[in-house]
Amino acid sequence: MSDETTVKRQAIAASTSPAIELKGISKAFGPVQANKDISIRVMPGTIHGIIGENGAGKSTLMSILYGFYKADKGEVWINGSKTEIPDSQAAIAAGIGMVFQHFKLVENFTVLENIILGAEDGRLLKPSLAKARRTLVELANDYGLNVDPDALIQDIGVGMQQRVEILKALYRQADILILDEPTGVLTPAEADQLFRILDRLKSEGKTIILITHKLREIMETTDTVSVMRRGEMTATVKTAETSPAELAELMVGRKVLLRVDKKPATLGEVVLDIKGLKVVDDKGVERLRGIDLQVRAGEVLGIAGVAGNGQSELLEVLGGYADGTGEVRLNGAPLDLTGRLSDGQSRRNRGIAHVPEDRQREGLIMEYQAWENTAFGYHHDSEYRAGLLMNNAAIREDTAEKMERFDVRPPNPKLAAKNFSGGNQQKIVLAREIERNPDLLLIGQPTRGVDIGAIEFIHQQIVALRDQGKAILLVSVELEEILALSDRIAVMFDGQVMGERQPDQTDEKELGLLMAGITDTGAATAAKGT
Amino acid sequence: MDYLTLIQLLDSTLRLATPLLLACLAGLFSERAGIFDIGLEGKMLAAAFFSAAVASLTGNVWVGLLAGIGASLALSALHGVASITFRGNQLISGVAINFLAAGMTVLIAQSWFKQGGRTPSLMGGARFEGITLPGAEALADVPFIGPLYAELISGHSILVYMALAAVPLTWWLLYRTRFGLRLRAVGENPASVDTAGVSVVGLRYAAVAICGVLCGIAGAYLSTALQAGFVKDMSAGRGFIALAALIFAKWRPWYALWATLLFGLFGALETRPDVIESVIGMKVQSQFLGALPYIMTVVILAGFVGKAIPPRAGGEPYVKER
Amino acid sequence: MDVMPKWAEVVLVPLISLLLAGIISALVVLAIGEDPVAAAKLMVSGALGSTYGWGYTLYYATNFMFTGLAVAIAFHARLFNIGGEGQAMLGGLGVALACLYIPWPHWSLALVGAAVMAGLFGAIWAAIPAWLQAKRGSHIVITTIMFNFIAAALLNYTLVNMLRPKGSMDPATARFSEATNLPTLHDLLSPLGIAFSKAAPANISLLVAIAACFGLWLLIWRTRLGYEIRAYGYSESAAKYAGISPVKITMVAMIISGALAGLMAINNVMGEAERLVLNSTEGAGFIGIAVALMGRSHPLGVFIAAILFGFLYQGGAELALWTSIPRELIVVIQALVILFTGALDNMVRMPLEKLFLARRRARVAKEGAAN
Repeated sequence: MSDETTVKRQAIAASTSPAIELKGISKAFGPVQANKDISIRVMPGTIHGIIGENGAGKSTLMSILYGFYKADKGEVWINGSKTEIPDSQAAIAAGIGMVFQHFKLVENFTVLENIILGAEDGRLLKPSLAKARRTLVELANDYGLNVDPDALIQDIGVGMQQRVEILKALYRQADILILDEPTGVLTPAEADQLFRILDRLKSEGKTIILITHKLREIMETTDTVSVMRRGEMTATVKTAETSPAELAELMVGRKVLLRVDKKPATLGEVVLDIKGLKVVDDKGVERLRGIDLQVRAGEVLGIAGVAGNGQSELLEVLGGYADGTGEVRLNGAPLDLTGRLSDGQSRRNRGIAHVPEDRQREGLIMEYQAWENTAFGYHHDSEYRAGLLMNNAAIREDTAEKMERFDVRPPNPKLAAKNFSGGNQQKIVLAREIERNPDLLLIGQPTRGVDIGAIEFIHQQIVALRDQGKAILLVSVELEEILALSDRIAVMFDGQVMGERQPDQTDEKELGLLMAGITDTGAATAAKGT
Repeated sequence: MDYLTLIQLLDSTLRLATPLLLACLAGLFSERAGIFDIGLEGKMLAAAFFSAAVASLTGNVWVGLLAGIGASLALSALHGVASITFRGNQLISGVAINFLAAGMTVLIAQSWFKQGGRTPSLMGGARFEGITLPGAEALADVPFIGPLYAELISGHSILVYMALAAVPLTWWLLYRTRFGLRLRAVGENPASVDTAGVSVVGLRYAAVAICGVLCGIAGAYLSTALQAGFVKDMSAGRGFIALAALIFAKWRPWYALWATLLFGLFGALETRPDVIESVIGMKVQSQFLGALPYIMTVVILAGFVGKAIPPRAGGEPYVKER
Repeated sequence: MDVMPKWAEVVLVPLISLLLAGIISALVVLAIGEDPVAAAKLMVSGALGSTYGWGYTLYYATNFMFTGLAVAIAFHARLFNIGGEGQAMLGGLGVALACLYIPWPHWSLALVGAAVMAGLFGAIWAAIPAWLQAKRGSHIVITTIMFNFIAAALLNYTLVNMLRPKGSMDPATARFSEATNLPTLHDLLSPLGIAFSKAAPANISLLVAIAACFGLWLLIWRTRLGYEIRAYGYSESAAKYAGISPVKITMVAMIISGALAGLMAINNVMGEAERLVLNSTEGAGFIGIAVALMGRSHPLGVFIAAILFGFLYQGGAELALWTSIPRELIVVIQALVILFTGALDNMVRMPLEKLFLARRRARVAKEGAAN
């Protein structure tokens, strides 16, 4: 910031009281307690990390701080004085800016229009836009946040969109910046760039709260870290005085099993053979740009990559609900990639089971009861049929057995899917798909939003299926999971496979480079990719 | 077709387009803010009745206009409560409002006037009369320009000129003011407005209220300017034609003017089959002309001729995501 | 999480909505200077007090069962078919063509033939918007509204220019031949020794409608197609994952919906008027919306709601006859039912959910204390 006195004033404040102090915050959504009696102190001019698993209550807590939700109980203190934050307006006035996980931008507005929205200087737009244009130049110079003010949001990339979100906060003169899972959609390189920007903001006296579930980011960027677990704050420690192992334990409540016990793979025939697979989405963008992959019987092929680099499309086209071109063979016979025989039903008939990435949107009908979900996708099976009608009794019986075997709790086939926890929902899907005895299992983000106990169980099931000689294609954005489960790892970037590695001959760093599109041969591909 | 016939045709086009234009702009405000409104018809009808009824009782058409706007606003408020506050289904709410207006207007008309669901004919100050613009009489005999000015441009009721003025005003409000920016944003991505510290609910209610006012004027025009009194179901599907025009106009103010003028022309031609026959050399069924706006809208909606993309958040109640 | 028990969801919520609609209607009646209690009594006696009244009530109810089921099946696929009116109009055209141009030997064959035509015409009229929705993404609510108007224009054209008998000024077809006339409830019940009004229009179509209710229940809850339709309605993305084609479901659900709306014509056109007139549907297509909403899209609910609306219609007609309350009171009641059971559903539901949640919390707390 060009104004030195501001920096000094903040520096003085820094020595006296926390930039933010939350005291005893509680919040419930209906019967779900998202935050329980949470207290936290964030010192000014620091980067404070909040880490926890999905669903631990991090985002809820920050949304309360930003006035997006009202806390049921508790107090918010900002720069040493108690502050009421009934709405986002109050949060903005208190100098808080927030960059949400899902950006809050108007797609068909320009960058400039998005930045002034809600912070206009008068009833007419012209002067506001002119002023914002000038300020934007200053901000760009101060923090290296360059962006074309007249570009439409829908025309710029996610990294740039995130920049606009940060600029929005700075334009509103935020001193405290909250970032919610900012790297989820970024490549490691883009993430590094973001962290450089955050460092610069910190050196200018801004206070930053970084919410993430990634240990690496916490260790690399934060000064202090608070750990949340199941709606509660379990610890706050200096980053320099802790270790990833300790944080992981605090996050899940006990030692994490980072390695899965498994025998060496016994490889069989090639089950899935993909050559030159391409997928173009409805906007005409090429999402898969010529994929070559093979999966053998008895092995787990792990697909690593930052979310949004074509993994979802790969699962969709193999699962039969996206059209593609190229050649895919299953047990030597070609698979239709378009047309009538390219749908979920045909895929299941061919022996492909699919645990989709998003169980709530795809794998389950949340309003359907467990037994109805157990038939989902297999509802044409002869054993579920009684003449023209469905044999509901048989499905319920089958479901009860599956729930028993997969330890689904509560084991009630008549309970709607939405009433089960994330882990138990995933077990319902897994039971349905695995018990079909498929030749090939497609499985995406198997443990997203799943509690630790269920994670172990799910991992064991995947390994067991492999040991039965089935082929498994695993997609996960969690590198640890990929490393723990895979017999072979393929890294995807921008719709292409950047390379394949053996898990015991690689590490997170090498995979991270591949995920950023940087191959061993140099950075040429990365340039082509973007 | 001679020049005078053309002028007459365009004159009646303008008269018929006016209520469509007002209702179309009304829908534009609402839908641009993300609130679908298929209740334009009902609001117009309610306004038509109340403005005619009150004008008839007071003898003052301006008081009538206010009453019409009030009635339309009341239904707007209902739509707002259902679709904004209680996050109900906006389409179903619109359907309910249409029926509510259709039933209540007759019920009240019968109770007040006992004339089988109509109001007495309006006369004198209880009606909007045509305004003769300055110089219209003097120019009337000048060839070409005379009829154009005296017949087509001059001589309409004040509401016609208000409707025409509403077009640039709407454009200006939408694209040149803070309110317009926020209104458009709330229809595209309400979360962007909410996180910017601006009330989504407030903006949407404001939009729905503007919609109510414009529908009110449209309804008043029907019963106190276009015709002299209220008759049962007198909106006769105009609210839906306005809706069609809105889609046709791709939710833009100037396009709305052209779309409603076009649909107004169809209406005018319906009463002049002789004109069509003389121009294109064949008979066109009046039923076909009547259905033409709907058919054209379906074609536009199908995307065969220029895709109409509605505001992205339209029809969805805003719920803060967790 | 489910906050409310199922019985509250299925019975309590619609009942409260209905009660609210009833109270406001009573206030309206009061406001126009009439006695709501007397009006209600008159409605009950007029609609249910005689077999004549019942005959009309059931006649209307038959219409509403068809249109209510039509809206309901579309709702299950999360499609709002607001075009029941137009589809019923086209169904009428189908019935008229079947009855006018085919020399049926017996009413039973005529009924089958006319029903097929009615269903077919209605289905076609729904299939076009369905196809536009499935393939072109055109909002089905808007297109079905437009198709109502186009149907009205089409019907107007065919009646005035094609089907009108020579010399007639009335835009209507000629009377159908005797052989196509359907047996009324009087005809059906007198062999059983039950005396039923001869003048009332309720006819064998009622049985068809009841069969349709049962058939649709079977379809929705017991067949794979119904399972797929509901799955698609709940989640399009999940349906795609499971290999359920959105295009197929949209088309099939709307075709069934349109066919059901079209089928109404065997009641009003073939059973009652015995010729096709301009405004034969009398808004029954729209009442289907209220009926489906009140019946929570369940065929049994639709059946009950249709009878209720049949009662309201007949009762309303009696009111108009004997008091100065116009028939439009029914339109108001209909609007209020749509409002409370549809648009303001959350208004009724939210306080109830709070109540049940509080009760459950209290119970949990009590159990906790007991342990």
